Amino acid sequence: MPVKVMIPSPLRPYAGKRDSAEFNARTVGEALGHLTTEFGDLRKHLFTEDGKLRSFVNVYVNDEDIRYLAKENTPTKDGDTISIIPSIAGGVPTMELAS
Amino acid sequence: MLDRIGNTPLLRIERVGQEFPNVEFCAKAEWFNPGGSVKDRPALSMIQAGLASGALQRGKTIIDATSGNTGIAYAMIGAALGFPVQLCLPDSASHERKRILAALGAELVITAGDEGTDGAIRKVHEIVEQSPEKYFYPDQYSNPANWQSHYRTTANEIWQQTSSRITHFVAALGTSGTFVGTTRRLKDLNPAIRCVSLQPDASFHGLEGWKHMPTAIRPAIYDDALADENLEVSTEDAYQLVKRLAREEGLLVSPSAAAALLGCFKVAAGIPKTGHAVIVTVFADSASKYLNERFWDEE
Repeated sequence: MPVKVMIPSPLRPYAGKRDSAEFNARTVGEALGHLTTEFGDLRKHLFTEDGKLRSFVNVYVNDEDIRYLAKENTPTKDGDTISIIPSIAGGVPTMELAS
Repeated sequence: MLDRIGNTPLLRIERVGQEFPNVEFCAKAEWFNPGGSVKDRPALSMIQAGLASGALQRGKTIIDATSGNTGIAYAMIGAALGFPVQLCLPDSASHERKRILAALGAELVITAGDEGTDGAIRKVHEIVEQSPEKYFYPDQYSNPANWQSHYRTTANEIWQQTSSRITHFVAALGTSGTFVGTTRRLKDLNPAIRCVSLQPDASFHGLEGWKHMPTAIRPAIYDDALADENLEVSTEDAYQLVKRLAREEGLLVSPSAAAALLGCFKVAAGIPKTGHAVIVTVFADSASKYLNERFWDEE
């Protein structure tokens, strides 16, 4: 059951410049596990050393914040989209805009 | 009301920096500005410069891409001066932010969440290119009136409030306006003042308004020759210090404010114990817009 993980611009340099990746996963945690296995450099940006999602990393399934669902155990189904968004509202333009 | 922008208090940080008894830590409490953040200063300055040059006239709409403090400042000042404000912001911006901006009467143009700020900036360019005569686009990354606001106000306030005793100025780089403007003026007043710029320690971080220069577009107003030193700060360390500032000082500040103080501690660690220093930074805003974040509940 493929789910699509959207990779935000600041993380793309650690994910082979990809903007998304698809994995077969039953939960959000599984999908993020596959993502950080395929792109090992992403792990330290998303997870703490003891494997917890870093405090400023917000994850959404479709438009729902997993904090208000079942966190990393939130089930996923075919065609779901997972978004990874740092909790900064203002944001700054990235190199991608320049190119 | 706009006369209330600037002249913010300079707070002495009494307890959390006690391991450096030879250093005085001071911070500009920028949430005392009417819009709640340091961004009132550059927003007002850019709007005034637009009025002076004629780029902003009656009938025009102020437009920019921001869901952060600059957007709130534009919306507030636009409302106070009677100019419509249109803001492009990514869908990922928090519900609370959208409510604040909408409450101040700004028209919101929502862009795709996964394209982040880049998508919002592209949208502004598209709208302005279609009808340039209708819009005033301040563009805080390129507008010299941004850094000039700090040259004219923030730096002189710090100089007076420390009775010219300041030895170090520490500030983060975002648009770079705060650092560039304040540093230029302080160096005019006393070239011996050491000015240190701060950045997040990675491209993916949680420090609002901060820019990781190696991976971001370099703002046109940024001058990398100004800083005597550049230091990096981690988001998680800032979160820990936010909680300490609240519990030990009674200061409920944003993660980026705490991160600025962390930068001051790094500078203090390099000062000989026999020396004395007065390190000043800028606390960009309070915790009020960040109370929903997870770190408050985590150890």
